Amino acid sequence: MIKTKKKHYVYIFTIILILVFFISFGIGRYPVNVVQLLKVLLSKFFPIDKDWPDTINTIVFQVRLPRIIGAMLVGTSLSLSGAVYQGMFKNPLVSPDILGVSSGAAFGAALAIYLSFNTVGIQITSFIFGLIAVGLVYLISTKIKEDPIISLVITGVLVGSIFTALTSLIKYLADTDDKLPTITFWLMGSLASISPRDIKAIVLPILLGIIPLFILRWRLNVLSLEEGEAKTLGLNTARLRIIVIMCSTLMTAASVSVSGMIGWIGLVIPHLSRMIVGPDYRILLPTTLLLGSTYLLLIDNIARGLTTVEIPLGILTSLVGAPFFIILLLTNKRS
Amino acid sequence: MLYVKDLSCGYKDKPIVEKVSFNGKPGDIICLLGPNGSGKSTLIKTLVGLLEPMEGSVYIGDENIKTWTWNRRAKTISYIPQTFSSTFQYTGLDIVLMGRTSYLGFGSSPTEEDERIALEAMEMLKILNLKDKIYSKMSGGERQLVKIAQAIAQQSKIIIMDEPTNNLDFGNQITTLNYLNKCADRGMMVIMATHFPEQALSFGTKALLVKNGGVEVVEEPEKNLKDADLKKLYDVDVEIVELRRKDKIVKMCLPVY
Repeated sequence: MIKTKKKHYVYIFTIILILVFFISFGIGRYPVNVVQLLKVLLSKFFPIDKDWPDTINTIVFQVRLPRIIGAMLVGTSLSLSGAVYQGMFKNPLVSPDILGVSSGAAFGAALAIYLSFNTVGIQITSFIFGLIAVGLVYLISTKIKEDPIISLVITGVLVGSIFTALTSLIKYLADTDDKLPTITFWLMGSLASISPRDIKAIVLPILLGIIPLFILRWRLNVLSLEEGEAKTLGLNTARLRIIVIMCSTLMTAASVSVSGMIGWIGLVIPHLSRMIVGPDYRILLPTTLLLGSTYLLLIDNIARGLTTVEIPLGILTSLVGAPFFIILLLTNKRS
Repeated sequence: MLYVKDLSCGYKDKPIVEKVSFNGKPGDIICLLGPNGSGKSTLIKTLVGLLEPMEGSVYIGDENIKTWTWNRRAKTISYIPQTFSSTFQYTGLDIVLMGRTSYLGFGSSPTEEDERIALEAMEMLKILNLKDKIYSKMSGGERQLVKIAQAIAQQSKIIIMDEPTNNLDFGNQITTLNYLNKCADRGMMVIMATHFPEQALSFGTKALLVKNGGVEVVEEPEKNLKDADLKKLYDVDVEIVELRRKDKIVKMCLPVY
């Protein structure tokens, strides 16, 4: 196959991800060295004599492992959603946050927290409002007769701001002792409080999002062409578009429900991946998955390792992402 | 093989072309002639299924294609529009390979066999050099040939093009027409909208004159398309002249200034 020459990127990025995965265990206030780490991890599968303190067990399995897996899952979900939204909307400037999907999902989650729903309830509400947001953006943007690329971005910002306002309303109404701090802290975008239970709750919806997209990855290429071309090449665009929106919104909502608003990653990573391996989804999706999880894992390591006080993740991703978006805006018209 | 019966097409409830009837068979090159805005593109979009017929029907063999899925249509009809997708930087081969989509199972990607078919189509048009070139950075002529290769890879029996030689330089116009002619020789049916009556005079097996919401069919335009038809069609004074080139007679359409 022609693509074999690009396949080596996938191997390289897999190795990098594995390295970053192991390094991440060593970052944090309590030191865990490599030997201890390997022993602790392997002890789950093989009988190994325990010669390490219990604290290490707790730190590795209750604190760091969930956080590392969480960063990888959230990074993957937001990046993949961005990659497929960009193709579906034929617009390289969109991502779950720019389209307002994240804000919609965040409003849903805030509402669910306010109404004291359980984790599954939070995810479902989050998913529904994510779908409403992307549906609204899609409907409104098709009615605007201006440059479709920019009008989609603007519609996304507008719809997003409506949901942000509604979220503020929930915060205003929320109980200041209990729910307000929970909502506020969670909205900032952080993986600090992620628990093994959270991970269990989001694995399934995220896999339900990823698997169909991987199965349909060739068709995503055709979907990214002009509507008329895609149809006359034999693609049932209406059906595929619904599947794509469902999958990416499901992943976004699952991520938002545990990590709050982590912006920009859905824009930055698909672009970076496309620069490296090109637009063919057959290779773009695996690359985006690997880079997305590595990127968020790295940023999260910085968030928790750089200073003694933890920096919310959303702040760091914005500091990287917003300038990146400005560069894209400035170069987009010329190309 | 293709039977169009009393086809009326337009947008919403505004008909643009009405009561169009014509037939086509393998090897035909059917040229749609007509002034700007006469409805050539509307008719083409209806034939490929992007617009629903307001009345009448399109048959292939003895089947009305109205109920065909996109996948089924794609195996029979390929469409080359005037505009090009250029958001993402696909290579020439990626684009040609997309012609294979209708043959792939719902969840599958192209196989090596599909790739071979795509490369063969590119080789036939002598554009293997465009294999790795970025489609959105190609010249108009190169893009047109890549789209024709895509249609060949699609193995459809009918290829429908909206102004294939628009925006092409003189050389690329001739190259494109030569390859379309080759497609027809191989048994494909070519339907194309064009602004050049000479294309109908020298290649066309049939001309459809689109004007004022109606279509007039001229069989064998080489013999039957007259100055008067073109004068009426475009509201200008033109003259069809014959040139003898070696032992062949070439018809040209000259404006009278």
